[in-house]
Amino acid sequence: MSTVARTNTAAAVRPFSFEARDEDLEDLRRRIRAMRWPEAETVPDDSQGVRLAPLQALAEHWATEYDWRACEARLNALPQFMTEIDGLDIHFIHVRSEHEDALPLVIAHGWPGSILEQVKLIEGLVDPTAHGGSAADAFHVVIPSMPGYGFSGKPASTGWGPERMARAWAELMERLGYARYVAQGGDWGAFVVDQMGLQAPEGLLAIHTNMPATVPAEVDQALQAGKPAPPGLAPDEQRAYAQLERTFKQVGYALYMAARPQTLYGIADSPVGLAAWLIDHNDADGQPAAAVTAAMERTSSTTGELTRDEILDNITLYWLTNTGVSSSRLYWEYKGGFFNAKGVTVPVAVTVFPSEQYQAPRSWTEAAYPGLIYYHAVDKGGHFAAWEQPNLFVAELRAAFESVR
Amino acid sequence: MALSTEQPPAATALRPFHIEVPQEEIDEMRRRVQAVRWPDAETVSDRSQGVQLAKLRPLVERWGDGYDWRACEAKLNALPQFITEIDGLDIQFAHIRSPHEDALPLLMTHGWPGSILELLKVVDPLTNPTAHGGAAEDAFHLVLPTLPGYGFSAKPTATGWNPARTASAFDALMGRLGYEHYVSQGGDWGAIISEVLALQAPAGLLGIHINMPGTVPPEVLRHVRNFDPAPSELSEREKEAYDRLVHFYRDGYGYAAMMNQSPQTIAYALADSPVAMAAYYYDKFAEWTDSGGEPEKVLTPDEMLDAISLYWLTNTGDSSSRLYWEGTQAGGGPFDAFDIPELPVAVTVFPAEIYRAPRSWGERAFGNLVHWNEVDRGGHFAAWEQPELFAEEVRAGFAPMRHREETSA
Repeated sequence: MSTVARTNTAAAVRPFSFEARDEDLEDLRRRIRAMRWPEAETVPDDSQGVRLAPLQALAEHWATEYDWRACEARLNALPQFMTEIDGLDIHFIHVRSEHEDALPLVIAHGWPGSILEQVKLIEGLVDPTAHGGSAADAFHVVIPSMPGYGFSGKPASTGWGPERMARAWAELMERLGYARYVAQGGDWGAFVVDQMGLQAPEGLLAIHTNMPATVPAEVDQALQAGKPAPPGLAPDEQRAYAQLERTFKQVGYALYMAARPQTLYGIADSPVGLAAWLIDHNDADGQPAAAVTAAMERTSSTTGELTRDEILDNITLYWLTNTGVSSSRLYWEYKGGFFNAKGVTVPVAVTVFPSEQYQAPRSWTEAAYPGLIYYHAVDKGGHFAAWEQPNLFVAELRAAFESVR
Repeated sequence: MALSTEQPPAATALRPFHIEVPQEEIDEMRRRVQAVRWPDAETVSDRSQGVQLAKLRPLVERWGDGYDWRACEAKLNALPQFITEIDGLDIQFAHIRSPHEDALPLLMTHGWPGSILELLKVVDPLTNPTAHGGAAEDAFHLVLPTLPGYGFSAKPTATGWNPARTASAFDALMGRLGYEHYVSQGGDWGAIISEVLALQAPAGLLGIHINMPGTVPPEVLRHVRNFDPAPSELSEREKEAYDRLVHFYRDGYGYAAMMNQSPQTIAYALADSPVAMAAYYYDKFAEWTDSGGEPEKVLTPDEMLDAISLYWLTNTGDSSSRLYWEGTQAGGGPFDAFDIPELPVAVTVFPAEIYRAPRSWGERAFGNLVHWNEVDRGGHFAAWEQPELFAEEVRAGFAPMRHREETSA
């Protein structure tokens, strides 16, 4: 940690903790209680978006029993830092393993997520001997907040897309003194680690993605044109094609943020408006994501499943940092393709979760990532895999990176 | 009204309607406007990320201090307004009869994010043409209904109120008002409803005038939706329309994609935050008026605030958005070519409309095109932006159909 000594430059790594002001928490509760509701949807299902009754139940809990201070305490129990990279303050969690030769790992979150998605991974990654692993499985873990997200700075000018974040995460790892490291990501984090793979900074040993971009060019073109699946696809490729067709019908939120992020004033002004906007995101089992819909009614869990308080922790983090609009801007910044193969040639590990947007077939994955070192289709978990299935996710990261240690 | 006064009027009766929003709701609107929590500013120097903070703030400040809803209410209440139940739903409408008894009955339908407010400036020129540079034979009896889920019409609580059902309801309304023959006019959803009405071709409908025509041929639309370069066989004029359509679907379609798919998701912010509504609707005023992105050049702040307040005070962000979802279930896009082979169709193309339809496509879509004029000013909210020009176009567009009324009567 020699870099901590550089305290007088912008590049210094400054300790960070967060304590919400009481009046901000009171204002949040006051606004939720003052919510003016629309009428209910006119359908008996999720087909018009986030339904009224479950959102009302969530808001009731949010305004009364929900305790942000508990979330804050969990975060503040972790070593958190701030450092300026490429002109912007970047917030990150940095937990070193007691095993000195642990593998450094940077984990990139996505939207509508945050570092809170990955907090449950930390213990299992840094302290494997207490969590069913061996010392050889240990990681030093770095979890940065994306620009415009959580406690990181909000860009005041354009240009902070996945490419620039990829360079920033490499710079962060170097600044922390890690000469060799691996990177992991899902959702936008998957775009960021793909970009890291393309940029191939000297220290990067491999990436792991749980939302791999594998779609072959001719298949992607057919999808974009709304055509039927091209002939000759194997059964798992046909399944992926059907899943992608479904996904592209569920991305209204993404199209909106790509076109008009600034017009979303309502999610800065209305907590429930923000909650609905963040909850709308789909997975393969539903829109809103089935995992999130289920969590909204789960008051506690002993086996790691998402609970309604975890959903509210994430939404409250967006609210207290007023990052609904700044986070949306990432969709505006990015002009590239979504699931198309990007030409990454560094070593790549892939875990396919069954409820992800699409289940990447091994054939497409091998073609998209010629440096494929690991491919595993697991039997549970979805788009928010680390958040939903932290134990399985830890096991996957151990197995995925074993060969590059 | 000779019946006993004890007897309440049937739901399907024409009940006089008067707007008087409770003062506490106006106070509450102002309180929320003043309590807005703003996001930080956009990271660009133009409106490419949406409504710029510096443009929205002064409008919202005026809304919270100085704006007077009662003035808008008085303007609406100066018109004869009614409410009547059609197909199980209360439909509010203004009904302004011309002093010229043989005036042509005209159904005019607004769109999203609109209301009958955007049609008020053309009421007098259309019903009383001799006072506005026209002749007695230019006169219209005007019927201005509010779409289901909009303004003071009731909100559907079940699915099915798609453009076809609304068109049928509005035809029933014209019949209920005693009009055996009438014409229909519209822009935005009002254009689609007029076109759908033309397809239904009820006995009383003489023809339609639309200012957002659906003319895009299916093979062209496929290229548009794929963001292909303009096909080489298109004429220069068609290419211009093509490029505007690509711009719309690539850079300006997010709002529709969201409402097509998840109207309920956006509903919460629109119901809870007046500024959410202001931004959502101002975005379209900026994008679609003939103002180079500065709607203040063609609409006063209070005109915009009237339009936004009407949505807020009726809490119709959700129910109005659902028309997109309903339209999606019914199929088809806003500019897809309608095939209207026989009924007379009149079209005015305003230069800042979302796309500037070329006559060649219009002639393919509409077999009996009686009027096609490409005017030099005005945009998507043509009646609101350029009421005089709009009224002239409506007169000219329907002039050939008056003759038909005489021969068929």
